[in-house]
Amino acid sequence: MTPTLRRRVFLVAAVVAGALLLWGLTGLPDYGVYAGPYGDVLNRVAVAERKAANVVAAVTFDYRGIDTMGEEFILFAAVLGVAILLRAQRDETEQPPDEDAADRHAPATSNAVRVVGLALVGPVVLFGLYVVTHGHLSPGGGFQGGVVLATAALLVYLSGEYVTLRRVSPEVIGDLAESTGAAGYVAVGLLGVAAGATFLANVLPLGEPGSLLSAGTIPVLNLAVGLEVAGGFVLLLSEFLEQTLVIRRPGEVT
Amino acid sequence: MIALEVTVFLLVAAAGTAVVLTRDPLNQAIVASFYGLVLGIMFFVYQAPDVALSQITVGAVALPLMILLALAKVRALRGGNGEDDDR
Amino acid sequence: MSHLPYVVAAWLLLVGLYGVVTSRNLVHAITCLSVAQSSTYILLLSVGFERGGTAPIFLDVPVGTKAVDPVVGALALTDIVVGATVSALLLALAVQAYKHHGSLDPERLGREQD
Repeated sequence: MTPTLRRRVFLVAAVVAGALLLWGLTGLPDYGVYAGPYGDVLNRVAVAERKAANVVAAVTFDYRGIDTMGEEFILFAAVLGVAILLRAQRDETEQPPDEDAADRHAPATSNAVRVVGLALVGPVVLFGLYVVTHGHLSPGGGFQGGVVLATAALLVYLSGEYVTLRRVSPEVIGDLAESTGAAGYVAVGLLGVAAGATFLANVLPLGEPGSLLSAGTIPVLNLAVGLEVAGGFVLLLSEFLEQTLVIRRPGEVT
Repeated sequence: MIALEVTVFLLVAAAGTAVVLTRDPLNQAIVASFYGLVLGIMFFVYQAPDVALSQITVGAVALPLMILLALAKVRALRGGNGEDDDR
Repeated sequence: MSHLPYVVAAWLLLVGLYGVVTSRNLVHAITCLSVAQSSTYILLLSVGFERGGTAPIFLDVPVGTKAVDPVVGALALTDIVVGATVSALLLALAVQAYKHHGSLDPERLGREQD
């Protein structure tokens, strides 16, 4: 099928699909008028029932906790796939660089970039931990905080200190953090079973809404997810970065 | 308030179209980062700060980063082969 | 303008699919796929929006203030992070395809028998 023919067939199909979509979507209630009851019910009872101020976090980790477990494992499987695909590659290309690479070294990062990047690593890690641990009190949680934590590793690479980062072997740390996070989520779920309730039931003491140690298992699940997402993204970054740096001579990455 | 919402929606539609119409992947990564930011603003207008936070960290930082790393790897492979076909 | 966000969501889906169908570069196709994915977030959040409502976080506002739907927010936020990770997997596949066939063009990938 030639490209122009494919484009024409697609445009015809898109017009038909677009018409059907619009016909269906205009049957929805007007935008801005919320019709369904579940949101109102949850907003009214969630704070009293789970003692969590952030109702979205209560929904993600308590009322619909098993969906989040599924999503977490999708993330795990995707990172696993990337690791399998790119690691097999690394074995074949891990050879001494040839003469081509001699004049192809990394451009030296400017001092401004290096200073700012390295100075920001600490605050970014702190901010990521803040977002993860306060997920049940303010907007945030494990998913967002985990990505923020992973960008700290990225900042180290951007400052040109990737050789230092490699010495800490980010793959091992990423593997460990990710697996601990994923297993930790399931372990908290089994804690519910061990306490006599259902899987992923909120069995820890609930506390008062607004304090840091409240909402039972929600902060613990936030920590597990934060660990897993941070480990997953650090692993992704290190897999991709390994690929781009294999042919550079180690002495010239500064 | 209505004017703000309408403006943001039209901006999102325009930015999404711009991402698709940018053919070169390197330029597209930058446009995708801008699109992620505009989407984050839209989620903020929707009074959903968790989703906005998630979108900004992922869509404006992590996704374009991974696109750039994949392109860098492809360029490194091409440099080794000596081929120079279309991008 | 009562149905504008739904129209925007439908438009983004179709535009993203157009990008995937007519793409000459796998990395370009993957980014267009993520645009198509983002249309679902817009649809979800539009369904849950309540005009005049605030964010569903009751730390400094009393319980019972009008707020938007938290369920769709919960769905969208996990979806975004997981969608980016799946895009990373697709990018790794694209890199692997380039390594084996020497091209990122989907037209040329099918003709490996030459």
